Amino acid sequence: MNKASRKHIIELLDKGIRLDGRKPDQYREVSVEFDVTRSAEGSARVKIGDTEMITGVKMELFEPYPDTPDQGSLMVGAEFSPMASPEFESGPPGIESIELSRVIDRGIRESQAIDLKKLCLKKGELCWMVVIDMAPINAAGNLFDAGALSAIAAIKDTKLPGIKDDQVDYDNKTEDPLPVKKVALSVTVCKIGKHLIIDPLPEEEKVIDARLTVATDESGELCALQKGGEEPLSVEEIDKMVELGIEKGKELRAKLES
Amino acid sequence: MSELLVKEKQVTVPGEVLAEGMDYLPGNNTYREGEKIFSSKLGLASVDGRAIKLIPLSGKYLPKEGDTIIAEVIDILMSGWRVDTGSAYSAMLNMKEATSEFIQKGADLTKYYDFGDHIVCKITQVTSQMLIDVSMRGPGLRKLTGGRIIRANPNKVPRIIGKKGSMVSMIKDATGCRITVGQNGVIWLQGEDPNMELLAVKTMRKIESESHISGLTDRIKSFLEKETGKKISAKEGEKNDVR
Repeated sequence: MNKASRKHIIELLDKGIRLDGRKPDQYREVSVEFDVTRSAEGSARVKIGDTEMITGVKMELFEPYPDTPDQGSLMVGAEFSPMASPEFESGPPGIESIELSRVIDRGIRESQAIDLKKLCLKKGELCWMVVIDMAPINAAGNLFDAGALSAIAAIKDTKLPGIKDDQVDYDNKTEDPLPVKKVALSVTVCKIGKHLIIDPLPEEEKVIDARLTVATDESGELCALQKGGEEPLSVEEIDKMVELGIEKGKELRAKLES
Repeated sequence: MSELLVKEKQVTVPGEVLAEGMDYLPGNNTYREGEKIFSSKLGLASVDGRAIKLIPLSGKYLPKEGDTIIAEVIDILMSGWRVDTGSAYSAMLNMKEATSEFIQKGADLTKYYDFGDHIVCKITQVTSQMLIDVSMRGPGLRKLTGGRIIRANPNKVPRIIGKKGSMVSMIKDATGCRITVGQNGVIWLQGEDPNMELLAVKTMRKIESESHISGLTDRIKSFLEKETGKKISAKEGEKNDVR
């Protein structure tokens, strides 16, 4: 359907330029804002170009699962509201929002960004559950990277609520942060023709051959990968994509410090 | 006693009271309820004698007979093509109106226009039921190959084109791009230099967002001169202020 648009994008990439004038391996302007909501224990707003994502962290108490009696739990959800893009529909979550939340869940879980053992209050009886909810405010491409960045920013921003009689006392926040061990975030590298690009625009997302989401921690160690798109990737391409992902991950991580 | 509640060229929102009393008449994009006249769109109010009009700043395209638009092929039928006009209604391109060539019976119609192709066409008929016919017969009507498509607010198309095409030809001269603007707000552009193509897109976005502020032509001219470093000669009598 988008043959003409795809041809044009590839022609521009042959000249080393993107639709909006960026280089293939250049992000749009990235900004991170902490503590943007009152009700969540931690929250962040991330903007990548026109894309905007708000993520909130809620803390809940629960009885731990029998196989991991000494560990807290992690839950990630994403809701794509029709306000964010004309292509989103209301109703039960679609395949895109499920994929997004699972990919970000995996990045945080597999990097062991949060020390779940420290979230156990009474072994086998009471643990914290970290509930991360993401809401795209404006979907203008690259929700994966915006989501992962906002999730880790919201986790860093989180202050545990107080506890009264084994119940959460949401009105009284403590000063205790979450036990964050690693700062995991992801960079999605897309393949169009023979070109590799990052931070795709919606027009580019529609015509990509394949994409690879590369989640890394601050030491540059790989934590998770997710491949999408219809075309296969060669081993060399994956090597290049992972390398680019690690390099650009450092750039994004710097945005979290400021 | 009737009272006018808005100034000339004031920005109004839907539901805003423009005037009270029966001495004023509701014009385009306004309506009367009881003694009051309300705005039905986001736009600029303008008073013409006793009538109050509204020049819309937003809203979808409404097909009109005689408009030249850029449409996308969305379906291929036995007798022709169905195209998306960028409005709530799709249009029909009949085989007879499609080319001057003879099309064999049972020929593969994708050879002429395929799914997703963009075409410049003219609206020949709009019925009261909003059944729309378009034609490819006429000067400048063609299939678009290469280049990029951008979508602008259809209400700003007259600003982008300018008086007698002055604005668009200024952009063409400055950037060296080929540009076609459809009345439905779909714009096609193609340039040899990708940076110039980008500048043309930027310029049109600027026109879109600043068209309601007066002195538009001069501002766009100095913007283009600054960006390209070239001197641009504005053509005579082509000031393009807000209506």
